[in-house]
Amino acid sequence: MCAVCGCGTASPTDGHLHEHDHHHGPGHSHGGDHPHSHAPDAIDFGKGLAGVSIAGLSQERTIRIERDILSKNDAFADDNRSAIREAGVFALNLVSSPGSGKTSILVRAITELGGRWPIAVIEGDQQTSNDAERIRRTGAQAVQINTGKGCHLDAHMVGHALAQLPLERGGLLFIENVGNLVCPAAFDLGEACKVVVLSVTEGEDKPLKYPDMFAAADLMLLNKSDLLPHLDFDMDACLAAALRINPRIQILTVSARTGEGFAAFYAWIEGRAAAAMAPVARPA
Amino acid sequence: MHEVSLIENVIALVEQEQTRQVFARVTMIRLNVGALGCAEPEALRFCFDAVATGTIAQGARLEIDVMPGEGWCADCGSTVPLAERFGRCPLCAGSRVKMTGGDTLRLTEMEVE
Repeated sequence: MCAVCGCGTASPTDGHLHEHDHHHGPGHSHGGDHPHSHAPDAIDFGKGLAGVSIAGLSQERTIRIERDILSKNDAFADDNRSAIREAGVFALNLVSSPGSGKTSILVRAITELGGRWPIAVIEGDQQTSNDAERIRRTGAQAVQINTGKGCHLDAHMVGHALAQLPLERGGLLFIENVGNLVCPAAFDLGEACKVVVLSVTEGEDKPLKYPDMFAAADLMLLNKSDLLPHLDFDMDACLAAALRINPRIQILTVSARTGEGFAAFYAWIEGRAAAAMAPVARPA
Repeated sequence: MHEVSLIENVIALVEQEQTRQVFARVTMIRLNVGALGCAEPEALRFCFDAVATGTIAQGARLEIDVMPGEGWCADCGSTVPLAERFGRCPLCAGSRVKMTGGDTLRLTEMEVE
């Protein structure tokens, strides 16, 4: 458990972010209390419910709790969402299996959009800063989170990364999750939308095999379309599978290599960002 | 293997409870896990002992109540059991079944002493 703020998401040996200073930027609070509860050194059996200790009489009792296991993550995610919204930034969480082209999509998008929007990136990988370095070469600000043995980003890690990123009003924040089509689906990071990337070199039935991720996403980018002439990929079957899992998902066919479909991706971002940034209507 | 993180979250909730109530040991932890949710009960059991070691939950028994999937079919208007998240209606074979239950992930109770 993290010795500073009580987070339970990392063990001391996993290279977790908390080895660094705990610098929480303004507006980033860690929602709720920070329980630093450790097993007491001295165990006093006279402090049970009854207040007395009677040999042979166990004070075992049942406590009803009824708490969502992900409640802590969700509280951090709510904090992140508020901080991102207050900063006037639109955040996307990119999820996919490894190698589907998330980073290549980001590199192209940043290169082509950098003049229109200030862009910041949070990169999640188990090890290395390779992706953050690739992003920084485009000129965008990037923070790398190494999850160590972790298979997904959680909202607490993203909160720490947010504190290190200058978020500019009217800007975009891309969060590139760990390449994994299973675990990241369960963890809200505070983003406005999840974007799932599937490449045509993967099976067209991936949405059926990994439904949770496709159910959680608002947009699917079907990447590497430039390779379609060389493959037996059944496009119609893939689209049908994605729509069966999530009838509301929007689907764009793109190629990070050639740029095909990116204009539609940018239009989607613009539309969603405008809707997300619209002032909340106040009752008259 | 996000089940490790989920068990860490469970133990954090138990530790949080310890700031409100006095107890020295946890002997049983009961979870309510939906059959259509994102956690695999066997994987939760598999990692529980390893994650609990050195915490207040060390040595505790893990009980998991698996909640069956349930959906509402817009075609025949019935509440039906659901074997998979996007399964068809077992009564009318309709495809417009909206999941209404079976994705819970809750810590429900524990025994302490």
